[in-house]
Amino acid sequence: MNFKKPLILSTLLFVGMCTTKAQNVEEILNRGQIRGNFQLEGQIYQEDSVIGAEAVPEKYRTNAFLNVMYTNGGFSAGIRYESYLNELLGYPEGYRNNSGIMYRYISFTKDKLSVTVGSFYEQFGNGLILRTYEERGLGYDNALEGIRVKYRPVKGLTITGITGKQRIFFDLGPGIVRAVDGDLDVNEVIPQLRESKTRLQIGASFVSRFQTDDNSAFNLPENVATYGGRFNLHRGKINITGEYAYKINDPSVNNDFIYRPGEAVFLQTSYSQKGFGLVLAAKRNEDMSFRSDRNQALQNGLINYLPALTKQHTYNLLATLYPYATQLTGEIALQADLIYKFKKGSALGGKYGTTVQMNYASANGLDTTSANDGDTKRRGYNSTYLGFGEVYFKDFNITVQKKINKKFKGSLTYANLVYNQNVIEVKNNKKDVFANVGIADVSYKFNRKASIRSEFQTLFTDQDLGNWATALIEFSYAPNWFIAVQDQYNYGNEDAESRVHYYNVSAGYNSGGNRVSASYGRQRAGIFCVGGVCRVVPASNGLYVSITSSF
Amino acid sequence: MRLKKTFLSALFICFTILGFAQNNKGVPAIDVKKMDGTTFNTGDIDNDGKPVIINFWATWCSPCKRELNNIADLYEDWVDETGVKLIAISIDDARNMAKVAPYVNGKGWEYDVYIDPNGDFKRALGVNNVPHTFLVDGNGKIVWQHNSYAEGDEYELLELVEKLSRGESID
Repeated sequence: MNFKKPLILSTLLFVGMCTTKAQNVEEILNRGQIRGNFQLEGQIYQEDSVIGAEAVPEKYRTNAFLNVMYTNGGFSAGIRYESYLNELLGYPEGYRNNSGIMYRYISFTKDKLSVTVGSFYEQFGNGLILRTYEERGLGYDNALEGIRVKYRPVKGLTITGITGKQRIFFDLGPGIVRAVDGDLDVNEVIPQLRESKTRLQIGASFVSRFQTDDNSAFNLPENVATYGGRFNLHRGKINITGEYAYKINDPSVNNDFIYRPGEAVFLQTSYSQKGFGLVLAAKRNEDMSFRSDRNQALQNGLINYLPALTKQHTYNLLATLYPYATQLTGEIALQADLIYKFKKGSALGGKYGTTVQMNYASANGLDTTSANDGDTKRRGYNSTYLGFGEVYFKDFNITVQKKINKKFKGSLTYANLVYNQNVIEVKNNKKDVFANVGIADVSYKFNRKASIRSEFQTLFTDQDLGNWATALIEFSYAPNWFIAVQDQYNYGNEDAESRVHYYNVSAGYNSGGNRVSASYGRQRAGIFCVGGVCRVVPASNGLYVSITSSF
Repeated sequence: MRLKKTFLSALFICFTILGFAQNNKGVPAIDVKKMDGTTFNTGDIDNDGKPVIINFWATWCSPCKRELNNIADLYEDWVDETGVKLIAISIDDARNMAKVAPYVNGKGWEYDVYIDPNGDFKRALGVNNVPHTFLVDGNGKIVWQHNSYAEGDEYELLELVEKLSRGESID
């Protein structure tokens, strides 16, 4: 009998909410929106000794997630359910045999104040001392869980305060992260500058991690502070942006437990006008791996983000055979990127114009000398500030794009790479790879719906696995269908038995926010990157299916 | 039993109302960056009662660039005929952000371009991968979306834009 009373009451309340005050409630509910997305990827694995794909005991593995968000005015709440049973080959093993909700949040905005409790993604400036983000395709997710408060006392000024612990797979890291950031749009705040053509934004941040000293061999700092400042200056065609960050000594697995402070500097300047764009960039980072657990390695538990200053390639031989990601222990990098469009009607432009893009990027180690004189066990080193050490990576590339007529268009790419396997892939006594790459991309349009696109790629090198060639043919029927056939052939491998074809057939269907695709074939062991973060993927063979949906 | 039924139907009514809300989705209000580094709130997206295309792309995404370059050739006519505005949201992060303006200007795109460097707007709209296109009607409601790009998709998009611009429904 007792339980009936609350039931009656709540029923009355519900009926009351939904009927008698329907107008009012409906008004409020009508403002509410539910959104989200879903992704499922599954693969049936086949053993394939030719490419070194080992038997997978489960035979079938799957990754999936569903995001659901509810927003109503300034109120928002959301969750993500994730499932890795078991994780697809090449995903971090930390996800294995686990499903659950690691991402959930509630937030509200009331006038100048925004509060988020639960999980959140945040970035200060370029992220040199704090960036939490997700790359679901890589299994990368370092969301913070805790409290975030944003306060905007005047237009143009935002102050952000954070306390939280960081997600590492299905756990939270041991470190407690405390952070504060101020972001100021100078033109907004100073009324006299509001109409100025020169725009200036500045920012400063402070991040600290607390982790108990868990190591009996060392006396470790339990509170590790980092701080940084940044600016962005814009006038007309010119933009200059810079950021500096400093970290106090933070002995960790990453730096072999030395007591050296870390720092990073990032400078980019660009000039652009119609038909022309140029970017010049420089970066130096030293001992700047900053994690919520000093004992973690790889991409786990990183609090900050150090962007690589190299071109992010899209053609597969360039993007997956020898890609580069920032070396956290230290590097000095330069980049120049240029785009020029020959005008329509000019000699080189033709009827539709011709675009040329050029890019040069280099990354070197720091110029260091060991502090160990042979008599001590010191692990530290000394470095010069502007010295260039060993070459880690070099890339010069040029692409010319041209539309011939309404049906034909295409592009040609040449790239020259230098790739230090010992550093980038942590190998021993391997020769640097010197590679020349040529790519032709041609598409032909039959009519408004049907078109065919093909890629021919070749990579020449005397090192590592020798020469490669890739051919791809893709047929699409807008707006719903595509089918593609691809073969990658390691024809130049020194070992005749390893001259393998990696064939792959794929097809997909798109409609509205839904996409279903499947592919069958071989996947080469290699490095798979998204947004400058990479993971090593083992060879596999089999049937892969993916479903994505946005609602 | 009756109580349970009443309770369930009350719940059902509530969810139906919530369900109706589904057809009423506006553009979420999220801070993104303009190419000059200043902040823009996506809640302020407006085109005087004319349709808006919101397209997510990145400098490293070739189908995205094919799509936006193909539309760029037709964009002047689209604007003249329908009054549509295309808003291109780059999801490039700190690594490539500085290349966005030179690329956009180099290609001579006439779109409104904003940058979403940590994926906040992308997350708020439930975008899995780029390219992803949304169509917003004159009342600011999202009425259509499409993931990925194949040559010729732009003609379907134009048909929908034309309908919206005539005030017709696209269902």
